[in-house]
Amino acid sequence: MSWAFLRDLLSGVNKYSTGIGRIWVAVVFMFRLLVYVAAAENIWKHEHDEFECNVKQPGCENVCFDHFFPVSHIRLWALQLIMVSTPSLLVVFHVAYRENRERHNQKLYKTPGKIDGGLLCTYLISLILKTGLEIVFLVLFYKLYNGFKIPHLVKCDIKPCPNTVDCYISKPTEKMIFLYFLVATSCLCIVLNLSELSYLIFKYSVKCYLKRHVKKQQ
Amino acid sequence: MDWGALHTILGGVNKHSTSIGKIWLTVLFIFRIMILVVAAERVWGDEQDDFVCNTLQPGCRNVCYDHFFPISHIRLWALQLIFVSTPALLVAMHVAYRRHEKKRQFRKGDQKCEFKDIEEIRKQRFRIEGSLWWTYTSSIFFRLIFEAVFMYAFYFMYDGFRMPRLMKCNAWPCPNTVDCFVSRPTEKTVFTIFMIAVSSICILLNVAELCYLLTKFFLRRSRKVGNSKQQPNHENKEETKQNEMNELISDSCQNTVIGFSS
Repeated sequence: MSWAFLRDLLSGVNKYSTGIGRIWVAVVFMFRLLVYVAAAENIWKHEHDEFECNVKQPGCENVCFDHFFPVSHIRLWALQLIMVSTPSLLVVFHVAYRENRERHNQKLYKTPGKIDGGLLCTYLISLILKTGLEIVFLVLFYKLYNGFKIPHLVKCDIKPCPNTVDCYISKPTEKMIFLYFLVATSCLCIVLNLSELSYLIFKYSVKCYLKRHVKKQQ
Repeated sequence: MDWGALHTILGGVNKHSTSIGKIWLTVLFIFRIMILVVAAERVWGDEQDDFVCNTLQPGCRNVCYDHFFPISHIRLWALQLIFVSTPALLVAMHVAYRRHEKKRQFRKGDQKCEFKDIEEIRKQRFRIEGSLWWTYTSSIFFRLIFEAVFMYAFYFMYDGFRMPRLMKCNAWPCPNTVDCFVSRPTEKTVFTIFMIAVSSICILLNVAELCYLLTKFFLRRSRKVGNSKQQPNHENKEETKQNEMNELISDSCQNTVIGFSS
């Protein structure tokens, strides 16, 4: 079980997506997943070992690290990627349900994968969930770490540290660059999701309106 | 998800590329991505652990390392490779869109569709003309821009492409000026120069491909214009011949008339 599983999952979703949905999948693969695995993971690899405090008191470094990094950036990033990709599964399940129904009964749908009726609702719900989760994680990042900055130095005075102690974070600039990259790609994905949402709502309300108009004329 | 997945994605684009494009893709995967994964990552693997400063002051090493390496070489290369590979996705998306349209036509039973089954549509290789030409050319253009930007960023951040053995650091909390030693500087310099050289080769390949596509475009255009001009020229020649004949006839008539009258 690794990121390859997520990749295969998302490739399956690609089949039932709109054009904007496919762009979203490409952005998640290339700019988020691949950057995470190829670059970001290694920056945070030895963050605990390289976290250094100006004191010899045993236990002080551990306690300070735990205080300033309750959940490491890289773990939050991974959680965000998983959570944000999961709502697309709703669409896959719905299509599988449709195909299953067709197998047991006669042909019910022109194409089980076409986005209309119930599948449209599911698709819209998945889009709303995706956007919501992205925003939740961005807010979480902001609240946990007081903005998207990573300081060089943090002052720690938790027991057993004697008085106030200077603790130095490793590679703060590089971590900050990748954090900004994460925020930028998250925002891009939010914009894509919102545009897909408005496109679908607009398309189907026009379709509905035209159908009613034709019916009235008849 | 790793570089292998990128290889699968870009491999699909390979079918619809020009020969220079195929060479570019091979150079990218063998001389850049593979070298990055197999060799360069090991060389830079212990970069902070073996970055040693001549001081016992806690925190000085961290701060100096962060000051001299705002973003590690290896991460910059990874980002460069990702950004440079992304424009090829535009082509992949365009091809997928065209295939989708052809499949739709085929399903509707359009007589214009020249394929016998869906498998043929899937395996078809599209020629680089029309809107696909524009997508392909803009993808090469973006690739060039990304390569150039990253090379410049590299040069700007590290003051050239050499990795010094010793760096003098006086950032707080280091007391006064402190000597800091980089691990494996020569090996890192060698790899840096290698990666820069291969980047330059890729830039040249992209420029050559761009020139090739532009030449092909203009040649095709001039051929079309030439074809459309030939037919009116032919008509003009006939007209002038007819005019000459008419003049000859009228002259001879006049001469006959004058001859009669005189």
